[in-house]
Amino acid sequence: MTGERLLEVRSVTKRFGGFVALDEVSIEVGKGERFGLIGPNGSGKTTLINCISGTLANDGGEIVFKGAVLDGRKPHERTRLGIARSFQIPKPFRSMTVLENLAIPLEYASGAGAREVEDRGMAILESIGLGNRAGESSGKLTQIDMRKLELARAMASEPELLISDEAMAGLSSTEVDDILEILFRMNERGITIIMIEHIMRAVMRFSERIVVLDAGRKIAEGKPDEIVNDPEVERAYLGE
Amino acid sequence: MRIDAFHVTALAIALLGAAVTIFDLIPVNKFYFFAGYVVLQYVVLATAWNIMGGYMGYVNFGTAGFFAVGAYTSVVLYNLMKAPLILMIPVSGAVCALLGLGMGYLTLRLRGVFFAIATLAMAIVLETLIVNWDYVGGATGAYILRSREIAPFGDYVEFLFFVMLVLAIFAVTVARWIERSKMGRGFAAIRDDEVAAECTGVPTLRLKLVATTVSGFLMGVAGAPFVLYVGFVEPSSAFNLVYAVNSIAMPMIGGATTWLGPLIGALLLGTVQQVATVTISSELNLLIVGGLLVFFVIAAPEGIVGLVRKWRGRGR
Repeated sequence: MTGERLLEVRSVTKRFGGFVALDEVSIEVGKGERFGLIGPNGSGKTTLINCISGTLANDGGEIVFKGAVLDGRKPHERTRLGIARSFQIPKPFRSMTVLENLAIPLEYASGAGAREVEDRGMAILESIGLGNRAGESSGKLTQIDMRKLELARAMASEPELLISDEAMAGLSSTEVDDILEILFRMNERGITIIMIEHIMRAVMRFSERIVVLDAGRKIAEGKPDEIVNDPEVERAYLGE
Repeated sequence: MRIDAFHVTALAIALLGAAVTIFDLIPVNKFYFFAGYVVLQYVVLATAWNIMGGYMGYVNFGTAGFFAVGAYTSVVLYNLMKAPLILMIPVSGAVCALLGLGMGYLTLRLRGVFFAIATLAMAIVLETLIVNWDYVGGATGAYILRSREIAPFGDYVEFLFFVMLVLAIFAVTVARWIERSKMGRGFAAIRDDEVAAECTGVPTLRLKLVATTVSGFLMGVAGAPFVLYVGFVEPSSAFNLVYAVNSIAMPMIGGATTWLGPLIGALLLGTVQQVATVTISSELNLLIVGGLLVFFVIAAPEGIVGLVRKWRGRGR
């Protein structure tokens, strides 16, 4: 990694009872970087981002964001510091409309006044292609629109770091391109992005650098073409 | 806070209430004030419950506990210093607000049915404490001798009716304000998905504590005049599970996501119960509640408010 560091995960360990989900994992993400996090099912990707976003507390190591240690800070504080995430299984606020979903992070994380919420929310929805859905009930959206809403809601907290947790799982290939384009555009606006994804075509195209987790350990790190040819990675995915 | 039609209406109702009780504008049987008091008490309780249960999705089964602690705080104040009602109400509210804060702190890590059971357990623990506390009468209960009349209202029950009317208006105003504020939107986010709320910047623990505190305050306030109303309070009546059941059923029947729901539910169900008590039997109350609840859960899960919205084609 070159340039300024935005996020540092230093030897983070997470156990669930006797099971070690993360075993001294260290990663560094640079400012403005497009970072890919891959690994087989159960390798600890989601656990790692839960530790970064604060919904889980790490048992060992520390997480540093913009030079400040995050351990002990609640998720909402981390969101306000500039870490936003989308959820693997979309979690919209179902009783609210699409626009109202955005009002929550706008008011609570980026400090928008009640009057600005509509304008700023609409601007984000337009940029993500949900402009014509603003008044719809969020629980009734299609899968692709729900993924977009996840990203839009994350954007509304004005993050410096966006963690996209399998935003493309289960989507068709044109829909995948749709989401990819959105993420590229966010990155162009200066947002650092960590992409967790199983769709290799998407991660390989998107990421400047990739870290591979397997059984809670970091087994490889490098540029996409290096990762593809790494024998360790091949073993992790395909077995011996 | 902006003044709108709601506040004008609320003020008008309060003034009308004052006029009716002070000047005996409508020559009605005193019983109507006696029964009306109970209905208004339920407006307060249902509205208080709804702040947690409806707005935030945390079902509190301990309403009776808060109500009784409010009532017994009045008993303590009376025994200590013959305190007037005007003092009992804020002190009972404050005690129950602290109780709500404490309960919130201890139980809000629990979710769903576990939270509900914990609140029910809290009410039982409190009842046991009161039963064993001789200063407030223990299991035999406590009497408070109040005057039969009070100026300028005349009959004391009419005075209590007016007090409860003001408390009901206060409770509904608070609930409506919360609902429309940033806080209310935070509550709704917690109700819909607590993890997502936290990850979009909502300080969930703090908001939950605010909700339990405000809700507890209003329930305590509702219980404060109870002992003056009945003249005699004992644990099994003050801690009656009926309070908990009714204050859950009323918002559910009226519609739990708006301030209007518990108001409609309490006025409707409370009145039906009072009528049934007089005309049929006092034991029929819970059967009516149960029947209506089953009906509404099946036919109108979003309550009367939801039903009306749907009819108007504005249903979401």
